[in-house]
Amino acid sequence: MRKARTLLSVYLAYMLEYRAELFLWALAGALPLILLGVWTEAARSGDFPLSPGEFARYFLMVFLVRQATVVWVVWEFERDVVEGRLSFRLLRPLDPFFDHLAAHVAERLARLPFVVLLTLLFFWLFPEARFLPDPKPFLLGLLFTLLAFLLRYLMQYTTAMLTFWSERASAVEEVFFLLYLFLSGTIAPLEVFPEPLRALALLTPFPYLVYLPAGLLAGQEVGLFPGVWVMLFWGLVFLLLWRLLWRLGLRRYSGMGA
Amino acid sequence: MREPPVILAQDLTKHYRVALKEETLLATLRHFFLREYRTVQAVEGVSFQIAKGEVVGFLGPNGAGKTTTLKMLTGLVHPTRGQALVGGHVPWRREKAFLKKITLVMGNKQQLIWDLPAMDTFRLNAAIYEIPEAEFRKRVLELAEMLALTEKLHQPVRKLSLGERMKAELLAALLHRPEVLFLDEPTLGLDVNAQVAVREFVREYNRRYGATVLLTSHYMADIAALAERVLVIHQGRLLYDGALEGLLDRFAPYREVGLTLKAPLPQEALAPFGEVRELEGREAKLLVPRERLTERVAEILRRLPVEDLEVREPPLEEVIARVFQSPVPAEEA
Repeated sequence: MRKARTLLSVYLAYMLEYRAELFLWALAGALPLILLGVWTEAARSGDFPLSPGEFARYFLMVFLVRQATVVWVVWEFERDVVEGRLSFRLLRPLDPFFDHLAAHVAERLARLPFVVLLTLLFFWLFPEARFLPDPKPFLLGLLFTLLAFLLRYLMQYTTAMLTFWSERASAVEEVFFLLYLFLSGTIAPLEVFPEPLRALALLTPFPYLVYLPAGLLAGQEVGLFPGVWVMLFWGLVFLLLWRLLWRLGLRRYSGMGA
Repeated sequence: MREPPVILAQDLTKHYRVALKEETLLATLRHFFLREYRTVQAVEGVSFQIAKGEVVGFLGPNGAGKTTTLKMLTGLVHPTRGQALVGGHVPWRREKAFLKKITLVMGNKQQLIWDLPAMDTFRLNAAIYEIPEAEFRKRVLELAEMLALTEKLHQPVRKLSLGERMKAELLAALLHRPEVLFLDEPTLGLDVNAQVAVREFVREYNRRYGATVLLTSHYMADIAALAERVLVIHQGRLLYDGALEGLLDRFAPYREVGLTLKAPLPQEALAPFGEVRELEGREAKLLVPRERLTERVAEILRRLPVEDLEVREPPLEEVIARVFQSPVPAEEA
């Protein structure tokens, strides 16, 4: 426990060194707020399964979920390998997985004030998004936001393992990101997808990274099952894949001279 | 009963596969589709043992295999062949208990967090190595005092001088009080004062905690000051394992004879007595085979107008250079 606390406090100090950058990053995540404008406008004039207010709430929650689940470990890991810093991490009795995880959590805390600020700003700009959440689905939504973060981190960390074979694992992540953008519900809630596509999307891990927690937080009717099982399934797949690639990768890293 | 060695290397061997590539565009294209590889024999059948508390110098030119050997002993690199035990562990299994016993300091790489005070990295390491808070405070104070670094602990690392940064690196690397220290060029790029400080510190750490030290350095002064025993590695093979003085005897069976003459002499006049290394005015330096030293000195005194004569050991640097220039003696070591 002390280990986790110290890791967090040191990385928090580190992140606070970069406050200005953090603010820009938080701002850069404002895409859902732009989409909010687009979709509420569209909903006013067309026939959509969600009302303008529901769209506004959904996208606001997408914004928050994405702020809470930002992951960049693949770039960090790539740098570690290219610059040889991974060797130092390997000499410590702590798996780098947890080291990077702690840095991500600390960043989240450092980012929080900016996120609150941006949220207040948008409540002011889009009064139709204001609402009083029902505590039970909202708490469930928070729980799923946490799970979404862990799954996303695990997925990207597994991708990062490819650095052992190609020094540009981040290129693979960019491809993943495209899928993520469309299938996670970032660009449009899954309600507006044509049915076969929607069913297909729900089998991938992506909707559980954004759509599910954002829907819960926004107080929409979202079915938890069998989604939870799909999420769990992907979590397990990536967990096994991570361990396997880590083992093989280390052997290769060592073969290259560490 | 004799204690088992802390470091044991047996037939350690590492071969790398390196992709070959020429600089032309065509070669680059070909390289993209069809890679050619060459095997580099970085380390070849190296065996040695180091007892608890020993300080051993590891000598060899760049690319001799020193770093690769250290990386095998710290578990970063799996050997192609051979065995190793460090503190009773097989290094490349990277067990927690093993990692807590060792440290590796690389003079050309750093683990300190650049934008934060060194103290923050120390706190991080203390947590990772599970050092209790009170013990952590005590150790930082103690090590900082030994390193004369107490004033600098709260300054961002980027504001520290190179020497201070190296000291802080050492502190970070020794906080968990490792029993085995692997130091790879710990004085690289430091000025003389800082070199001496680092050297003194390593000696003191070894004395205080009975730690075992294996260190490489380009500065012979480091090795001479710290190590009684040296390992010499060249082209991946161990050439010599023994006392530093023995190295001189074996690879430099010479003595340096310094002369002050009453009047300048031409080189030809001195050549019969030994290899003339330096001749400037009345000062000369000759290299004389050791077994003929007495005879030659007597002759010099008899035949040359000598004002002063002094017999010295040749500088270590020169000895080492000689070892590395000579072709590798086959399986002699």
